[in-house]
Amino acid sequence: MKHMLRQVFRSGKFVTGFVIFMAIMLTVIIYPLLITDHPLSIIGQGTFFPPGIYVNVFDSVSSPAYTIMLDDAAAKRIAGRLNDEDREAIREWLVGAGVADGEIDIANTESLLGLWVNNYDSTANVAGMTNADRNYYIRLNKSLQVLLSTEGVTLAASNPETGALEETGTVEPTQYVNVREVANVRLLPLGTDNFGRDVLTELVSATAVSLRIGFVAGIIATFIGLVLGLVSGYMGGIVDDVISFITNLFIVIPGFVLLILISFSIGQERRGPFVIAVVIGLTSWVWTARAVRAQVISLRNRDHVNLSKLSGHSIVHIISRDILPYIASYVVMALILQISAGILAEAQLSVLGLGPRTTEEATLGLMMNWALIYQAHILGKWWAYFPVILVIALIAFSLNLMNTGMDQVFNPALRD
Amino acid sequence: MKGYRLYFGKKVIWFFVTLAVAFVLNFTLPRLMPGDPVAAIVSRMAQGMSNTSGVQAIYEQYTELFGTNKSIPEQFVLYVRNALRGDFGYSISQYPRTVADVLRSSIFWTLGLQLPAILVGWILGNALGALAAYRRGNFDRVLLPVSLFFSSLPAFGMAVILLVFFAVSLRWFPTSGGYGFDLIPNLSLTFIWSVIVHYQLPFWSLVIITIGGQAIGMRSMSIYELNADYVKYSRFMGIKDNKIVRYVFRNAMLPQITGLALALGTMVGGALVAEVIFSYPGLGSTILTAVLGQDYPLISATTLIITIMVLTANFGVELLYGFLDPRIKAAQAD
Repeated sequence: MKHMLRQVFRSGKFVTGFVIFMAIMLTVIIYPLLITDHPLSIIGQGTFFPPGIYVNVFDSVSSPAYTIMLDDAAAKRIAGRLNDEDREAIREWLVGAGVADGEIDIANTESLLGLWVNNYDSTANVAGMTNADRNYYIRLNKSLQVLLSTEGVTLAASNPETGALEETGTVEPTQYVNVREVANVRLLPLGTDNFGRDVLTELVSATAVSLRIGFVAGIIATFIGLVLGLVSGYMGGIVDDVISFITNLFIVIPGFVLLILISFSIGQERRGPFVIAVVIGLTSWVWTARAVRAQVISLRNRDHVNLSKLSGHSIVHIISRDILPYIASYVVMALILQISAGILAEAQLSVLGLGPRTTEEATLGLMMNWALIYQAHILGKWWAYFPVILVIALIAFSLNLMNTGMDQVFNPALRD
Repeated sequence: MKGYRLYFGKKVIWFFVTLAVAFVLNFTLPRLMPGDPVAAIVSRMAQGMSNTSGVQAIYEQYTELFGTNKSIPEQFVLYVRNALRGDFGYSISQYPRTVADVLRSSIFWTLGLQLPAILVGWILGNALGALAAYRRGNFDRVLLPVSLFFSSLPAFGMAVILLVFFAVSLRWFPTSGGYGFDLIPNLSLTFIWSVIVHYQLPFWSLVIITIGGQAIGMRSMSIYELNADYVKYSRFMGIKDNKIVRYVFRNAMLPQITGLALALGTMVGGALVAEVIFSYPGLGSTILTAVLGQDYPLISATTLIITIMVLTANFGVELLYGFLDPRIKAAQAD
């Protein structure tokens, strides 16, 4: 046993897979200890806030202000205000007003702004411009002028008695606050999802649930497959015929289709993560049963098994002592594949809308389903779906790597 | 001819047995579930209805419609007879369309997408796997982890990635549908071009996923064969490498064909979900609308049709295998 483990851990593929998988497992265990928010609590009003550091505006106004003179602050401010569409619009106006197209570089904020300030005239009539366009340019010009001015912005609060605005302070363009002195700063490394939940926290808890589903499904499938394979391979005869018949049937009848039919028939109310895991386990044992049977048949007539039989050992003893150790490595490999297949099956079911029906726990498939329903992929909200795909792929990849690594250790023919 | 007749006879019998079991499963699985399916449907439909006699009327109508007031064997006979006639009743979510009508319009898309995609993926995957086994070295060292990673990606994940990259960012291809939303299916050039353009992303996402898994399998198979005694013997005999490689790959190919037959079910399952991502008008999207519309007749018929399709494809591969495996030909000579 010890020797075998040492051999397995010498395989680079296995170790790589093991490290990735353990990293995921550890994250799933440690993260909730550090961040104790409920993973499904809705914190954002609105959908799909992009990833980043969110600084409370109200708090930053009352935080101590520092004056820092930076030369490029104004330029950066303008560059941040002008998005690609605005730049294109400015170019169009300038061309319409007679500036040569070659002079305009919309990527260079400074030169673009210079041209704009020198040329823009709100009364000028550019051919082909609608009234809406003209108003857009006037608005754009105004907001640029506010940003360009060196005057501060006045803060005012409304007096509760008179309702009149009273000046409470000004904010200069050169004022800064230290993020560490602002009371409320929230880091959302993966933004929020369509419900306004913190995607990272949700993702970690969803990974935990999906792993649990994978383990339950994998253990059930492997157990059924192992028992059926052992019984049919060792007993032979009519028992073998019946079990082989059933196994061969369920190999050609697509398990995923049965899964769809069963999940739908169970009904929404009863479809929790555990039930889904059990159903997945019950529909995916065939491969293990078939392979275990083949292995047991080749072991059945080995000398040591015959010797054991002659010594009068019970069937249980023979199976557990003389057969199981020989197929143990195979069974572990099968379990690893079943776990990854189980996680994948849950995700696929959920995308079809047949996943676990739960309001307390998310799964990877459900997160994917929500992101797809809210069109995150069309709207370019990558943080809502890409991390989910990546986690599913990484789990499956790490498990497959471990499996391939073990395969190469136990099948010397495949070694490099 | 005896060997062939025995082989094909067995396969035909097996095909009909699996078909019969598929029918039985499709009929019994939903009925095995706890609770009365009709009651569940009615309670969903009657949400917010306060008129009890109205709810009762709906319940009775559905009992009549589904035949749950008859005995189970009677229901089964009725079900099989109707299914063989192609009559699956009315779709609840797309009423007044019949289920057969809904399926007729989507089967074509699924067949046209999945059959070529799985075949192309299988051929390319086997070619790559064989090459990796033969060349080993760096090509193999790169190909194996890459194929492993791609085969680890769920089909819908690959679909989303291709969709976002080629359709949303680059805008080379449309994001959804089987043809332009402004077109009516006909045989004009614009329509055919539109179908071809919409076909690319779903097709290639399935092909890439299939390649990964097949390449890994073929690589292992070929390595096994390359180390076999007959290869060493042929080398000692001085037979040219080219010829040996041809023997090896013919032998490695046979288990891959069986593998294809056995993996069809899994592949189709993943491909159905990938269809959903592209809103491709095939059976996958039909399942989605059926699930959303709580459309039991449609779900039941779709799963049955998919099972039959997989069984038929499987049967076809087995027949092909009969012609390719020399052992069956040898049995014929006896």
